[in-house]
Amino acid sequence: MNWITNYVRPRINSIFSRREVPENLWQKCDGCGTMLFHRELSDNLKVCTSCGHHMGITPRDRFKGLFDGGIFTEVEVPEPVTDPLKFKDQKKYPDRMKSAQKSTGEKEAMLVATGEIGRTPIVAAAQDFSFMGGSMGMYVGNAIIAAAEKAVELGRPLVLFSAAGGARMQEGILSLMQMPRTTVAIQMLKEADLPYIVVLTHPTTGGVTASYAMLGDVQIAEPNALICFAGPRVIEQTIREKLPEGFQRAEYLLDHGMLDRVTPRTEMRDELITITRMLLGLSPAIQGDLPAPDADETTAPDTAEDQTAENTETEADVK
Amino acid sequence: MTQYLDFEKPLAEIEGKAEELRALARANEEMDVADEAAALDTKAAQLLEDLYKDLTPWRKCQVARHPERPHCRDYIDALFTEYTPLAGDRNFADDHAVMGGLARFNDQPVMVIGHEKGSDTKSRIERNFGMARPEGYRKAIRLMQMADKFGLPVVTLVDTPGAYPGKGAEERGQSEAIARATEACLQIRVPLISVVIGEGGSGGAVAFATANRVAMLEHSIYSVISPEGCASILWKDAEKMREAAEALRLTAQNLKELGVADTIIPEPKGGAHRDRPETIAAVGAAIETLLKELDGKDGDALVQDRRKKFLDMGSKGLAA
Ligand SMILES: [Zn+2]
Repeated sequence: MNWITNYVRPRINSIFSRREVPENLWQKCDGCGTMLFHRELSDNLKVCTSCGHHMGITPRDRFKGLFDGGIFTEVEVPEPVTDPLKFKDQKKYPDRMKSAQKSTGEKEAMLVATGEIGRTPIVAAAQDFSFMGGSMGMYVGNAIIAAAEKAVELGRPLVLFSAAGGARMQEGILSLMQMPRTTVAIQMLKEADLPYIVVLTHPTTGGVTASYAMLGDVQIAEPNALICFAGPRVIEQTIREKLPEGFQRAEYLLDHGMLDRVTPRTEMRDELITITRMLLGLSPAIQGDLPAPDADETTAPDTAEDQTAENTETEADVK
Repeated sequence: MTQYLDFEKPLAEIEGKAEELRALARANEEMDVADEAAALDTKAAQLLEDLYKDLTPWRKCQVARHPERPHCRDYIDALFTEYTPLAGDRNFADDHAVMGGLARFNDQPVMVIGHEKGSDTKSRIERNFGMARPEGYRKAIRLMQMADKFGLPVVTLVDTPGAYPGKGAEERGQSEAIARATEACLQIRVPLISVVIGEGGSGGAVAFATANRVAMLEHSIYSVISPEGCASILWKDAEKMREAAEALRLTAQNLKELGVADTIIPEPKGGAHRDRPETIAAVGAAIETLLKELDGKDGDALVQDRRKKFLDMGSKGLAA
């Protein structure tokens, strides 16, 4: 796909830079302002091909890029009580939920799946920042418990991608109680000697960082991800001084000993394969794209064929 | 002299008038004010009862934060003997927002740990208003693990606006420290009981209160976020804290219904600060009862009890 980057884009940029472009076909990079063609962008896992800026990615898109052949099976998450507090601010909580469901097409802020990465069976969970800021409520807690139970049942590692503004205020104290609840889930994994790998993505803040997102055997972050308990604005108000450049970003945390690694999204899959296989005492993996496993994993919404079709279409479109 | 809260203004007026009358009588021996003063006292007592009968959630927040409310230190001094403070996280510092150490409760050796807000300007600053830094949580982890090793029950007293939002606190891993403290609460194979004596502020409270039994004082609160913080996020106006306090369901009564609190400890008429000895005695009685409930359970049973309590939590919401 390099020829797109090197040759076609300058022309495209000159055509589109000062014009309104259809929202769904082109996306402007927040990092460098380059207009990126949506298919090129999704092929690169929503990482800017020009400056490397990591944009938000939905759990479904992440899993398509993560699992062999883009194939995964969703793990069912027990439904919690809806609106347990009958919470109402300027909007009713159920109305907020409905609009989040409508805009994302997802039921809630976390997706759990089983599948293989580099032929290594794993359970993965990913938080959806586009769904009410990824906030942690009963459902997210249930999802993490379900993920841990599935991992224990199958004897597989759990890889969790965190992304959240924090606890879901509309569930009040019950959202806070997801901190101990999810901690119990992580303990189940540890007791079964199963690897728990956390990938912290932008942003992971508040009660989420103060529970499951900080308890991994291995803690990896995506570049420049904001990772904190108290947000920078709150701190600046408290201490009345400007915070240093890069404060609470992934690289800053790495420097301060809070992370094992900072790894670009495009290299994450290979790295996860390498680490999980070593922790499980397996032989080195064959790197690179692998076809979907042929056996038991059933098909997710998008099949491998769809993926291929989409890729072909992308190239055809640009030609 | 009691510091009155804003909603207690009418009460302050009546009690002030009664006090004025008595002062007048002391200055002038011929004046007999006994009847009038007694009438004002009765009126004040009635008003106090009415005010506290049905406190709104926001008013409960105010009572829970009252500066004269008994704090961790007061409970430790009154209820425990041989209190031997243990300091430091063996890594960076000793956090004075968290106090803890060995002590005897009814002669039984225990580990007591709590947030301390301080009682005057100097001690409040020293205690950082009860807002712990990572060192505080790491000290608590150390003490919990020591208790676990020597088979001592752990009693925690929760009273914090929340974890300290500071630069150093973040750099030294505030979130990791809280997560590990919560993990330690869940791992120890000794009884862990927790009493929310004032403010249970967010993750800073969870780190101490992931317990086998959680008791709350009648007018204490426990919340995912302060009403002011919630108001500024959801209402875009920090002044909407009354509405936020209402919506968050942060009162002891709501939390009991939701299964987060196991017991409510009644407070004296007019709140804990109006009769500190009575409040402290009530908390002592509750600790005794809760420790007895867990007496004789082995380590596995205690760990399983805690896990089940939190895994089941939230399976039912509030009744409409
Ligand atoms: Zn860019």
